[in-house]
Amino acid sequence: MSQFLQFVSSGLTVGAIYALAALGFSIIYNASGVINFAQGEFMMLGGMAGAFLTAAGIPLPLAALLSVVAIALVGLIIEKLVVEPASGSDVVSLIIITLGVAMILRGIVQVTFGKANHSLPAFSGDKPIAVFGATILPQSIWILCVSALLVVGLSFFFGRTRIGKGMLAAAYNRLAAELVGVDTRTVLMLSFVLSAAIGAVGGILVAPIATTSYDSGGMLGLKGFVAATLGGLGSGVGAVLGGLLLGLLESMTAGYASSAYKDAVSFVLALLILGLRPQGLFGARQTDRV
Amino acid sequence: MSTSGSLPDVLAPRSRAPGLLAVTVVLMVLPVFLPNAFYLDVAIRIAINAVLAITLNLLIGYTGQISLGHAGFVGLGAYGSAILTSRWDIHPGLALVVSAIAAGVLAWVIAGLILRFKGHYLAMATLGLGIIISIVITNETVWTGGPDGMSVGDFVMFGWQPSGERQWYWIFAALLVVTIVLAQNLVDSPAGRALQALHGSEVAARAMGIDTASFKTRVFVLSASYAAIIGSLSAHYLGFITPGIAAFPHSVELVTMVVVGGMASVWGAVFGAVLLSLLPQVLASFEGWETIAFGVILVVTMIFLPRGIVPSLAGLFRRPEG
Repeated sequence: MSQFLQFVSSGLTVGAIYALAALGFSIIYNASGVINFAQGEFMMLGGMAGAFLTAAGIPLPLAALLSVVAIALVGLIIEKLVVEPASGSDVVSLIIITLGVAMILRGIVQVTFGKANHSLPAFSGDKPIAVFGATILPQSIWILCVSALLVVGLSFFFGRTRIGKGMLAAAYNRLAAELVGVDTRTVLMLSFVLSAAIGAVGGILVAPIATTSYDSGGMLGLKGFVAATLGGLGSGVGAVLGGLLLGLLESMTAGYASSAYKDAVSFVLALLILGLRPQGLFGARQTDRV
Repeated sequence: MSTSGSLPDVLAPRSRAPGLLAVTVVLMVLPVFLPNAFYLDVAIRIAINAVLAITLNLLIGYTGQISLGHAGFVGLGAYGSAILTSRWDIHPGLALVVSAIAAGVLAWVIAGLILRFKGHYLAMATLGLGIIISIVITNETVWTGGPDGMSVGDFVMFGWQPSGERQWYWIFAALLVVTIVLAQNLVDSPAGRALQALHGSEVAARAMGIDTASFKTRVFVLSASYAAIIGSLSAHYLGFITPGIAAFPHSVELVTMVVVGGMASVWGAVFGAVLLSLLPQVLASFEGWETIAFGVILVVTMIFLPRGIVPSLAGLFRRPEG
């Protein structure tokens, strides 16, 4: 039983990070119809920036804040320089463009910071806490709490604020949103800033338990994409549940079956879900327009 | 036919002879100018990538079905050949055929499941397939040697055992020419027209009586088996393979060649393969910059020449006629 709890807690921890990645995918997908393959890179950048700022002697909370702001700025620059000029391209081109952006970000980090692994100090120590026979790292609690706060904050933002509702409206129907006065260009910009910031937060949260390096964004991003697809592209609730589900499944596979194949689980699951329920677990059924 | 004006060039096939002749001549004289084995090796890698890009382009460029897992099939071929020849002592030629058929069957089975998807979902599905293959290859250490890779024996074909860069060069050069001819024939055939129609609009193509599901499956199977064959041959040429051959970055590299060179263009795929295979050689001494350069080329091409370099430039020269 305690072993099971252990797997649940580590699964939820990882799942929370996947959920943050998936939220980033969904927000940008809603605003622009783009799957941003650079989403994992935002997480990597957040972790790297945090690691370097703390190594430079800046206290952790300030370093984290500075990193998030900096990465949000990176998101804004990418939207301005790359995504806006490419609006109107077809899906394949947009996928390729974001893959290109991911390569550029990864390359820049490799050239400036090298290939080494970096880590952040845990936010409040490494001493495990015993809960019902399972041990939980304080960092896991940080990850779960901050992720939960972010999700609550986002649902408030999208459900209660004027600009958030505008973003949702633009996701449902861009033209109709424009007609009632939503500035869809701002929506697009905001979506990148928001996704980059969420990604950076995820990257900083996970850096103390999983080291970060120039190429650590790749798998994280793909898992986030899987989680977003599982939940249904564009669905906020779906992204969170998809992420948690993925994290739990991976942790159970690693614990009870084979840790070597835990990465494969997500992709097999994605194929299965896509085959059985192409709109994802929580996505709305789509019909083709001819 | 003369009214085709704004329609794509497919309706008025140009003579293919000059281009083909040019490539054949270049491939024939090239070895004379390549001073040593290193340059021959680069030329061989370009030819391998060009063949893969051409067949991938049939899927992405002509049929409009993105695949982010093509390297998985290359890996299947490579490891299929390596395992069959080393563990069971099967003749390399037979091993190549068996691997290609296995890749084709897998593609056929998977196609029924995933080719119903479009856009992002198809990208996700093909990506997942490729990654699953590469994870299996990495983890089945007993069979594949795991992350450390495994060595592959020599290839034997009709009693001939090619060895050295020079002999392999001729094999891959011939393969490239044959692939160009086959691809051009396919594209201009009724089947090729059907594929392009379904790229334009799947519903419209179905309304015209095209069995779109069957055509998509056939192209997928074809490109998968072709990739496996190239995988087998390059494994024998390289003599040593690692799981990287099936990994996601390799898939992305192949897609890059197609979209940068030119979607729906055989020559575009060749051009993309040449450009992006030479790039790492030129930038070899600047570690990391190679990735940045790749990314910049991708982004800039997609924004300014969305159809790829070759078709966009060709369009520039032809516009006045229309």
